[in-house]
Amino acid sequence: MDAEPSKLEVQSLNAWFGATRAVKDISLAVQAHSVLAIIGPSGCGKSTFVRCLNRMHELTPGARSEGRVLVDGEDVYRTDPVHLRRRVGMVFQRPNVFPTMSVRDNVTAGLRLNRVRADYEAILERTLRQTALWDEVKDRLDDSAVGLSGGQQQRLCIARALAVEPEVLLMDEPASALDPIATAKIEELIDELKDSYTIVIVTHNMQQAIRISDFTAFFYLGELVEHGATQQVFTRPAKRETEDYVTGKFG
Amino acid sequence: MTAAHSYAIPRRVGSQRARQLVNYTMTGLCALAVVVALVPLASVLWLVVGKGAHSLSLAFFTRLPMPVGEVGGGVGNSIVGTLYMVGLASTIGLPLGVGAGIFLAERGDGPLGHAVRFTAEVLAGVPSIVIGVVAYGLIVLPMHHFSALAGAVALAILMIPTLARATEEMIRLVPPSLREASLALGVPAWRTSLSVVLRTALGGLLNAALLAIARAAGETAPLLFTALNNQYWNVHPLQPTASLTVQIFNYAISPYEDWHDKAWGAALCLLLVIGILSLVAKLTTRRRVNA
Repeated sequence: MDAEPSKLEVQSLNAWFGATRAVKDISLAVQAHSVLAIIGPSGCGKSTFVRCLNRMHELTPGARSEGRVLVDGEDVYRTDPVHLRRRVGMVFQRPNVFPTMSVRDNVTAGLRLNRVRADYEAILERTLRQTALWDEVKDRLDDSAVGLSGGQQQRLCIARALAVEPEVLLMDEPASALDPIATAKIEELIDELKDSYTIVIVTHNMQQAIRISDFTAFFYLGELVEHGATQQVFTRPAKRETEDYVTGKFG
Repeated sequence: MTAAHSYAIPRRVGSQRARQLVNYTMTGLCALAVVVALVPLASVLWLVVGKGAHSLSLAFFTRLPMPVGEVGGGVGNSIVGTLYMVGLASTIGLPLGVGAGIFLAERGDGPLGHAVRFTAEVLAGVPSIVIGVVAYGLIVLPMHHFSALAGAVALAILMIPTLARATEEMIRLVPPSLREASLALGVPAWRTSLSVVLRTALGGLLNAALLAIARAAGETAPLLFTALNNQYWNVHPLQPTASLTVQIFNYAISPYEDWHDKAWGAALCLLLVIGILSLVAKLTTRRRVNA
């Protein structure tokens, strides 16, 4: 681990749905311009954890959280959630394009809805090129986004998140609904994006974590079991549970 | 193993025949229900078109009613009056109904929301004549005057509860993932509601609004002692105003054969007005869905 400063720091984070504690006392830090993969079996609190980082968790009725999340040393629970979410973007598990908007309007939605003045055309082309979508959609920018394939829609969602130029990008299993080709494109993209962004990605797919991440955190039953360099977590895990999981003994 | 197999197969064939029989019977019963439901609908159309069509002419749409015994005359003022009062009612009722629906969908999980929802359900079940009485008490009595405004308020009260519930349903149909997508982009909650959620629900909202308007256009009872009627043209909000429905009622209960014919003609007019509104609703929704 080099001496990059922590972009994101989580201190004793707990999260509940009603009386159920989904995230248990998790602390970890994420270096700037690195990719952290969060792995673990279903229901281990990965998504909930990530949703705490941009305060989406608290929008669920009955949900609450405790602890500290620092972005550049600033406590997110003391900043305005709207401003926070402009700095910490999110890509969801299923593509959620705005069905009433064209491809163009989807990409620039975050800017338009926030009344940001910018060169929309330039941002449109840049983000669509980043997501390898430009050549596929440049002739149908004014068509409805619903007409795109699932993989294209997901890349459009990534372009939409990139257009508001967040500093941190949270990705909640962004490739789980995609075919291998679309998945490969998204993985390539993540590799390029880490030069400019700090990325936290939840994934079910351990091979994917190995391919794209610098660091890996293994969650189990809401607890952080192990966190370290991806190489180390997968080849020389320190904990028995981690080893069992990454070698496929349970999952 | 083999024994179990040879036992299972004839059993399945037998039950399959029984299942198919049940299936055909049920499909037949459903088809019968459709026919039974369509009979009154078709006969209403048949009767109204059959008895009303010969009254229709350009003059019928554009002229004022004539006194008994005189030939000609029309229901032009009633058509204008219906459109005018329904327009006025929509101006009052649509913002309130849709607004209440948005509130119910977005913030309606608390005790206030439950109270509003319950009230809307009760109000939707109140007979329209009672709503007419309320408008009479609220507006006609204090102003000492029957008026288009009183009629419009009665129609608006009628529109609000159904519109509120329909709006709520339409908004709740919008996938939560769209709201999350917008919030995750740093869009404030109020703008997310307006620009993403409401915009996505717009097709359904338009449909609900036009159906509410069509329903208001077909009401008689709330207008009987609010807008009353008028033999002349009127678009003054504080004057009594003619409407197709009240005109039909007056013509129909009269003892004159000539007026009975006109009642059928006016009924056909009303069906046309409502039919056109519903058609517009369908076309608008379809265009939005395809867009």
